[in-house]
Amino acid sequence: MKFEGRKIYKGIGEGEAIVTKDAISFYGGVDPDTGKVVEVGHELEGQSLRGKVLVFPTGKGSTVGSYTMYRMKKNNTAPVAIVNNQIDTIIAVGCIISEIPCVDKIDINNIKTGQKVIVDGSKGTVEVK
Amino acid sequence: MILTSEEQDMLDGKYGKAAQKSMEILTTLGDIFEAECMVNVYGVQIAGVSYDNLGEAGLEFLSEMAEDGKVRVLATLNPAGMDRENWQTLGIDEEFAKNQNRAINAFAKMGIVTTCSCTPYLIGNTPHFGQHIAWAESSAVCYANSVIGARTNREGGPSALASAITGKTPKYGYHLDENRHGEVLIKVDVPVKGTDEFGVLGKIIGDKLVELGKKIPYITGIPNATVEELKSFCASVATYGGTALFHMEGITPEYNKYPKPNDIILKIDQDNLDKTRMELIDDDIKIDFISIGCPHASIHEIAEIANLLKGKKVKKEFWITTARPTKRISDEAGYSKIITDAGAKFAADTCCVVAPIKGRFKGIMVDSAKACYYGRAKNKFKVKIGSIEKCIEEAIK
Repeated sequence: MKFEGRKIYKGIGEGEAIVTKDAISFYGGVDPDTGKVVEVGHELEGQSLRGKVLVFPTGKGSTVGSYTMYRMKKNNTAPVAIVNNQIDTIIAVGCIISEIPCVDKIDINNIKTGQKVIVDGSKGTVEVK
Repeated sequence: MILTSEEQDMLDGKYGKAAQKSMEILTTLGDIFEAECMVNVYGVQIAGVSYDNLGEAGLEFLSEMAEDGKVRVLATLNPAGMDRENWQTLGIDEEFAKNQNRAINAFAKMGIVTTCSCTPYLIGNTPHFGQHIAWAESSAVCYANSVIGARTNREGGPSALASAITGKTPKYGYHLDENRHGEVLIKVDVPVKGTDEFGVLGKIIGDKLVELGKKIPYITGIPNATVEELKSFCASVATYGGTALFHMEGITPEYNKYPKPNDIILKIDQDNLDKTRMELIDDDIKIDFISIGCPHASIHEIAEIANLLKGKKVKKEFWITTARPTKRISDEAGYSKIITDAGAKFAADTCCVVAPIKGRFKGIMVDSAKACYYGRAKNKFKVKIGSIEKCIEEAIK
């Protein structure tokens, strides 16, 4: 199945999907050294985002979160691609400065954790294998 | 977005790596928020300066941008995590100071004016009415839009830096007339006076706006307000309400430019003020730290503090946080000597929100509702709000 969304940042990211219905704050909510979600009570608490296609509704929290994403990229703990329902400034800027392919305006209910997903940030498409 | 040929060249990398990355950030934001084009900005205020907030990640990004990035417009910085000249006496450790200076040096390399202050409008980064700017720092954004009538969205660190390097920002949101009119009417039925009370008022209105889903308030019933009172109000309403623009009848420059909203959604009386003030005073607080200057103290406030502290001695840690240029005026006017003779300390370039002081104090007294929020959330202090006079009474008793 292939879904058409909006391109946010170019490039192709391919991997296993990790899906949550909770918004994500990278600043304080994700540990950039391990790539694990550390926000208490978050649906993904304790799970690693490293190498995954991260699928979530939107971002939240401090604008410093963009820098946390950059740090993850440098540490090799970042997701390979990001898919959002509705992008926010923090995630968009985070993807651009970290060069993580990103697409939004995708109904994330169409994607399940564990599915193999190809995100084409240049075309704005998300393909579920 | 429609780009000029120069903007397209920046995006294509003809102006270097930093300009290309900057234009990528700005065009992407423009597409997301459906901007038709870019607009030139007069000036930029950059947040994400304190190493406490930036960390190694942010610093790496800045260093990469500084490799070939140069600013095209006036750009100033938000407060850093320490006083750049006087960090030892404020108890900042050497490792932190080293890292903080690495960050500031990266900004300096790009041609940014490294005055580290949340009140750029008091120290020369001062746009005029209607001018387009790209500012981060929520309190300054609110002040610029509302009190000056300049135009900016709420930028983050990287997007503000991108605007400094390109001289552009995508034209959407508060840059457009249609997004600047008052949406809800708020009536203040009680006299409001002093920076602390304007902070309390900001919290009442900010909390209400969150409930309503962040609308632009049109506020009536305030006959006059000082720059310092408005500065405090802006910081508070931006902290509690995420507000980037308000209109205040008879005071702010655009109050009669757009139609006045009809229905009063909130009336504020003495009871509201008292109740909300109590929300900014923690039970069983033991005050061991007093800090004035959130947002950064003006020269007028410093003169007032000097007058109140003359010939007295403070018995608790007492910081006056301000911009370095304001501190220099205070030095020349003789206020600094009076203040430091009384045992109080200047913390220029920094503030009690961004300095790495978590765990160093138990209870903080401030005249700022914004400082109460971050004192609790970031530094885990107990907090108490009071007027500048009350803060000084507490310090010397």
